[in-house]
Amino acid sequence: MTPTDRIIQRDLMIEALAGRMAEDSSLFFLSADFGAPALDNLRNRFPDRFLNLGVAEQNTIGVAAGLALEGFKVIVYGIATFISMRPFEQIRTSLSLLAANRAINVNIISVGAGMSYDVSGPTHHCVEDLPLMRVLPNLEIFSPSDGGLIRMFVAGMLEEPYPKYIRLEGKAVEPVHNHLSEPDFRRGFREVRKGGEVCLVATGFMTHRALEVAETLAAQGANPGVVDLFLLKGLDRTALAKVLAGYETVVSLEEGYLGVGGIDALVCQVINPLANPPRLLSYGLPHGYNFERASREELHLAAGIDAPTVARQLAHSLLACQASAPVP
Amino acid sequence: METHQSLRSKADWIRRQTLALHKAAPETRLASSLSCVEILVALHYHLLRIDPADPLSDKRDRLIVSKGHGTISLYPILADRGFIPAWELERPFLSGSLLKVIPDTFIPGYETTNGSLGHGLGVGVGVALGLRAKGSDRLSVVLCGDGEFNEGSMWEAIMFAGHHHLDNLTLIVDLNKLSMLDYCDNIIKLSPLSDKLSVFGWKVWEVRDGHDFDQLMPPLAEALAGGHGQPTAIIVSTVKGKGVPRLERDSLCHIRSLAADEVDRLLGGDNHDAD
Repeated sequence: MTPTDRIIQRDLMIEALAGRMAEDSSLFFLSADFGAPALDNLRNRFPDRFLNLGVAEQNTIGVAAGLALEGFKVIVYGIATFISMRPFEQIRTSLSLLAANRAINVNIISVGAGMSYDVSGPTHHCVEDLPLMRVLPNLEIFSPSDGGLIRMFVAGMLEEPYPKYIRLEGKAVEPVHNHLSEPDFRRGFREVRKGGEVCLVATGFMTHRALEVAETLAAQGANPGVVDLFLLKGLDRTALAKVLAGYETVVSLEEGYLGVGGIDALVCQVINPLANPPRLLSYGLPHGYNFERASREELHLAAGIDAPTVARQLAHSLLACQASAPVP
Repeated sequence: METHQSLRSKADWIRRQTLALHKAAPETRLASSLSCVEILVALHYHLLRIDPADPLSDKRDRLIVSKGHGTISLYPILADRGFIPAWELERPFLSGSLLKVIPDTFIPGYETTNGSLGHGLGVGVGVALGLRAKGSDRLSVVLCGDGEFNEGSMWEAIMFAGHHHLDNLTLIVDLNKLSMLDYCDNIIKLSPLSDKLSVFGWKVWEVRDGHDFDQLMPPLAEALAGGHGQPTAIIVSTVKGKGVPRLERDSLCHIRSLAADEVDRLLGGDNHDAD
């Protein structure tokens, strides 16, 4: 992997969208006064279909709903914490509820998932949005771990006539998926590393953490798998259950609160109906805010979700599990 | 004026029908539904281009009812004009009925989700932008209450619409002066609303008696005729609970329900219209 393989998800998404806007005059781009270098190019190219709604997230969602009712495909672009939580009731009332019997193609691009904005502190740490968005019917959540998934989304799912919440990582990340087909994409998850006894399940940035953990464990002789989740509502649960059923231990790893409806709950709901469900271990944030001025590594270390800590604990746990296994 | 006489008759009939609907479901917001009867009659029978046979046609004017729960009075209009079968008025608010206590988008004639305040204008702004982008000459018309102006989302939309000169957008304010618990001006003083909208770039008309078609029709027609180069607003002063003296005098009329026998007395012995 070379540094040039690392991409900023926001920039890649905007470039892909600009390409679509050139072909499709029904695409509108609304920003809640949030920018990016790539966005400067887009707004110069499409001055009639780019609008800065200002620091007004509630109106941004309302206007997006109105444009969607008129048949436009709408992109809403903002900082993750603000575009997800400030207008939450607008998202519920004018997107989720309205989509029950109207075509509402509104795509909320939420930039700065999890602790992307590490040093900015807890107002900018977006660690609540996944449970909030999972709660809403008629709305898909797209949480990509890499640029390939973003390209696939823009080429396909962007056309779907329902609201979507798109959760983008703020830091540069490396590729995770190779040769993903459209049917693979629609399954909403992928076993990016096949393993034996233990499988880590994560989404977005944390999939990269899970891969680090897996490499550490593999270096110690274990054979861990990794599943990347990217369509958090529409994913093929039956197929995911089938994959996870092949493991003794499943580990959910998230940059969000434990026990309040995040990835841990999703994985639990998927494996629970199995006849012999794997053991589930969950790693996530304690239910509080971290006010320290800290890097993401430091924040993860404080929460116990950094790769070395997770790898060390899993190694112990797996050994304990083997030690207590009944002798045949 | 002959036209206004027929509109007045229509309004009387709709008030009686609204009372009959309220009798079937005391949970309906009667007082709030009675203040906007004349506004709805003017829009539906005279001013807006909406074809009941094709209520989502691209050629329609869009009427976005932001004070949705306060428009039970729109149900008889929708039945009378043929948006919904007339027999729906005889079986409202039952399991499986089309007509619910709070209107929804499954009822032809309603454009957006109702029941939560401060949402309609933002959506109406988006609709107006969309119509403009499509080169359509149709209108985005939003009906709201005055209590809704407490919501910050209203002012976000008002500032945006003025800035962008959305001259295909009209806001009609049913200024019935009452929120749920008190007079609006006792909660957060709204007046002078006309001045406030004007400084944000809107062209504003005021109607002193929104139950008088002679006063109501000219500014509505002028605003909706367009060509003003800016969004338009008509602030229509109305009486909450209009037509029911007990409600007209009650600052808590928003949450009052009338007993069945009280509705019967109001409709009089001759209540064939409410059947």
